[in-house]
Amino acid sequence: MAGDKVDPTHQFMINKIVPIEIGGYDFSFTNASLFMVATLVVAVCFLYFTTSSRAVVPGRLQSVSEMSYEFIASMLREGAGSHGMKFFPMVFSLFMFILTANMLGMVPYFFTITSQIIVTFALALFVIGTVLVYGFYKHGFGFLNVFVPSGVPGILLPLVVSIEIISFLSRPISLSVRLFANMLAGHITLKVFAGFVASLGTLGALGIGGAVLPLIMTVALTGLEFLVAFLQAYVFAVLTCMYLNDAVHPGGH
Amino acid sequence: MFVTAAYAQSTTTEGAETTHDAAAGEVHTETGVAHEGGHGSGVFPPFDQSTFASQLLWLAITFGLFYVLMSKVILPRIGAILEARSGTIARDLDDASRAKAEADAAIAAYEQDLAVARSKGNAIAGEAREAAKAKANADRAAVEADLNGKIAAAEVRIADIKAKALADVGSIAEETAAAVVDQLIGGKATKAEIAAAVKATAK
Repeated sequence: MAGDKVDPTHQFMINKIVPIEIGGYDFSFTNASLFMVATLVVAVCFLYFTTSSRAVVPGRLQSVSEMSYEFIASMLREGAGSHGMKFFPMVFSLFMFILTANMLGMVPYFFTITSQIIVTFALALFVIGTVLVYGFYKHGFGFLNVFVPSGVPGILLPLVVSIEIISFLSRPISLSVRLFANMLAGHITLKVFAGFVASLGTLGALGIGGAVLPLIMTVALTGLEFLVAFLQAYVFAVLTCMYLNDAVHPGGH
Repeated sequence: MFVTAAYAQSTTTEGAETTHDAAAGEVHTETGVAHEGGHGSGVFPPFDQSTFASQLLWLAITFGLFYVLMSKVILPRIGAILEARSGTIARDLDDASRAKAEADAAIAAYEQDLAVARSKGNAIAGEAREAAKAKANADRAAVEADLNGKIAAAEVRIADIKAKALADVGSIAEETAAAVVDQLIGGKATKAEIAAAVKATAK
């Protein structure tokens, strides 16, 4: 089949650039690692150099940096209260890292690190791990109140508590799969429609005429994917704030 | 089915890539899933567990570094900028309200000065009016006194003249009486007798 020749999953392939093997594990520097480094460099350089003038009246790029700062700060303050502000560097780092990674993934031929389930799962585990560690460190066993919503009749309590526990356990999965699946599906869809354009385009005049439709679709999907790239970073940050709220105020349902 | 030249070419190059590390000798029926490179399995790339260790390590390195840079450099930097701005704005607002207070004070002082000047002006005008009135009164009194003096002098003169005239009336009567006596009786009446007679009739 012609459609199979344009492999939509090829873009998620991981290729070794510098093979490194320690203790039987493969720690090679791959194209995924390269784009993690690229994400780091791009985001840090943007935030550093746009704020280098420290202008009282900010320029456009400086206001982008300031807006992202205030955006995350207000999100965290609303989500987890003023006690949650100690997690500001963490939420900001997560948001900027995911946003930059998603946006870099929109550049043709670039690797999208957030389309790797292990990456998003690691980030989600980092969030949940922080919630658990901080929750138990700060409140001891009082943190378990998070599973006991107030105002529930005694008969329903076992049921509600088990539902709460299941929902808590599913958080890292839903958090990671949401980001991963959105990025993966979006990029595959883009690739498939772009592939139609290429394969129809080789079929002569009729094919070129027919290729217009998938081309329009590709353009529209590209716009949508930019929205999704931002939205998923935002959703990840918002959910992180909500989960951190549990760690800061257990029982505050 | 339409396998175009371009696809055929891409499959051959991809095939060439895979051959030198796909030692396992898999059957590459499709270019899609099969050319997994060194990982050797036919799984969907994001689920290929052989890449997990490397990804986790590099994610830990890059995200860890990112977190440190954010919390130590970037966020304090942006926070300082925002704080400096709100400080500047607060200071400017302070300056503005102080300037406004000064302007208000200046206006109040001006109005007070104006009121003082106005009352002083009124006082001066009142004084001048009083002085003018007093002078007019004094002038009038002087004129009146002068006139009264003149009237009194005139009355004195009139009285003088009257007295003189009356005195003259006595002597005229005496002369007339002497002439009458002389004409009537031809005798000479003495001056003293005539005067006594005139005096007696004048009474």
